[in-house]
Amino acid sequence: MDTLGLFNYWVVIFLMMAGFYTVIARGNLVKKIVGLNIFQTSVFILYISLGKVSGGTAPIVSDAATAYSNPLPHVLILTAIVVGVATTALGLALIIRIKEAYGTIEEDEILAMDQKDEGRE
Amino acid sequence: MMEMHLPVLQVIVPLLSAAICFLLGRGKLPWMFATLVSWVTFAISILIAIQVSDGSTLQYELGGWEPPWGISYNVDQLNALVLVIVSGIAAVVFPYALRSVEREIAPEQHGLFYTAMLLCFAGLLGITITGDAFNVFVLLEISSLSTYTLISLGKDRRALTSSFQYLIMGTIGATFILIGIGLIYALTGTLNMADLAERIPQIESSRTLQAAFAFIVVGFGLKLAMFPLHLWLPNAYAFAPSVVSAFLAATATKVAVYALLRFLFDVYDVNFTYEAMQVQYLLIPLATVAILFASIVAIFQNDVKRMLAYSSVAQIGYMLLGIGLVNATGITATLLHLFNHALMKGALFLALGAVCYRIGRTSIQQMAGLGQQMPWTMAAFVVGGLSIIGVPLTAGFVSKWYLILGTLENGWWPLTAAILIASLLAVIYIWRVVEVAYFRERPEGAPDVKEAPLSLLLPTWVLAAANIYFGVQTDFTVSFAKGAAASLLGGAP
Repeated sequence: MDTLGLFNYWVVIFLMMAGFYTVIARGNLVKKIVGLNIFQTSVFILYISLGKVSGGTAPIVSDAATAYSNPLPHVLILTAIVVGVATTALGLALIIRIKEAYGTIEEDEILAMDQKDEGRE
Repeated sequence: MMEMHLPVLQVIVPLLSAAICFLLGRGKLPWMFATLVSWVTFAISILIAIQVSDGSTLQYELGGWEPPWGISYNVDQLNALVLVIVSGIAAVVFPYALRSVEREIAPEQHGLFYTAMLLCFAGLLGITITGDAFNVFVLLEISSLSTYTLISLGKDRRALTSSFQYLIMGTIGATFILIGIGLIYALTGTLNMADLAERIPQIESSRTLQAAFAFIVVGFGLKLAMFPLHLWLPNAYAFAPSVVSAFLAATATKVAVYALLRFLFDVYDVNFTYEAMQVQYLLIPLATVAILFASIVAIFQNDVKRMLAYSSVAQIGYMLLGIGLVNATGITATLLHLFNHALMKGALFLALGAVCYRIGRTSIQQMAGLGQQMPWTMAAFVVGGLSIIGVPLTAGFVSKWYLILGTLENGWWPLTAAILIASLLAVIYIWRVVEVAYFRERPEGAPDVKEAPLSLLLPTWVLAAANIYFGVQTDFTVSFAKGAAASLLGGAP
């Protein structure tokens, strides 16, 4: 029961590590943002899993139900999702500006151009 | 009647004003409005500080919902001190912004610039005042998102990449904090800080609680630029517009230090932090490396703004060192340095902003001979610099004095030596600028430079004078810092 009962948390850990690795290892800025999104999504699943009460139903009062899931983590994570959307939007907007300014979105090429700029100063 | 609502007004006024500021469009109107708001907010923070100066605490229940169900705002001496410094810096920086922003940012973006500044301001105040753990995350993201946009407004294209870098690292930090808060919630079923403080001691041996602690410390470590998580900071401060560098250097990292303190000592308790998790063994080595390494790196910087940014990393090291000392004097030193460092870095960055206004850049060679041509600006820089070094009669001396007392109290004299060596390193990097500005001639063919306009000089000197004032008159800062340190170490708020 335990292995299956913890299934959600295994998924959380897997997504968290996959996303985190993508952010660190990829040089492409868009891929970094995608990695960041996966990383954040894992936390959303963590919160949603926390709120589930086994055997519980949706938290709407009815005579048929005896146990309800906890709605609070779901509400909290709704806020975090909005924050995540805003971060992604801002990140992508910055990438567009970087593309206009540098002509590339590969981190190593940007770094090389910056170093050339600094050498000239 | 109004007095009752002061804690919520502290956040609501700048937050709603940001929306109004957005509607005001172009021209000088957004600036006038934002300045007015910053002054009103500063006045509110002083009224709050007066109310809690006797050691009492204020509690405000949002929407009349009782905690732990509703969100509550709690003010004690600790956050009253942080509120005063954050809104005080804003009240000085906003008047300064007009001329500097006219020079550095395209006119059609001015309204949006002040909107983002007010949002950032509201977020920082909110983190400081709230008594709800999840609220901290939300307000942290409000301030961070507006910070990313503000940094990207810098003239240099490298501002964009530094903003992006900060966005990635800042979001990872904030998500770590979110994970930590989620794990604590899973264990205790509450998000109210006072409620958490009551429930956490009963489950202290839980592995999940320890994991949550690690996530929260690392998350705030990223936000406050704890060495070696500081990599975003030098670029972000170096390429942001002058006003933004001054505002962020003086407030953003300080608020993160405050939030870390709140979690370490109020949400978790002293025993857990120092004995179960032994956080001092993490903080002391990192802080010592930070103050020495960052000070050395600062000496070799060509851009003065970047030099000050590295100096900030070192100063944050002092604050973390204070936490690691495990005694009340250390925490007092942390709080004093939090307050005083805001004053000195504010003064230095504003003086540099005035230099940037006249000569357009801040590399050290360009500043040759400025001592004669911009005497007042450079004098303010020198005052700020003396304060960073920790010369007696400046604010920097007071906090370093307490820090050294704290190290001696434990008999950890190698740390005392490290602090003194780092102060000598600070002498070197400040002297480099002074030497170039006062003892070199203007380079051949360089255009003549006039003194900065009064609207830039006045705010700079307000902060420079504050450095001297709080170095001589220490009643307010020391009594608040001592009271706050005692209540932090004394267990539940």
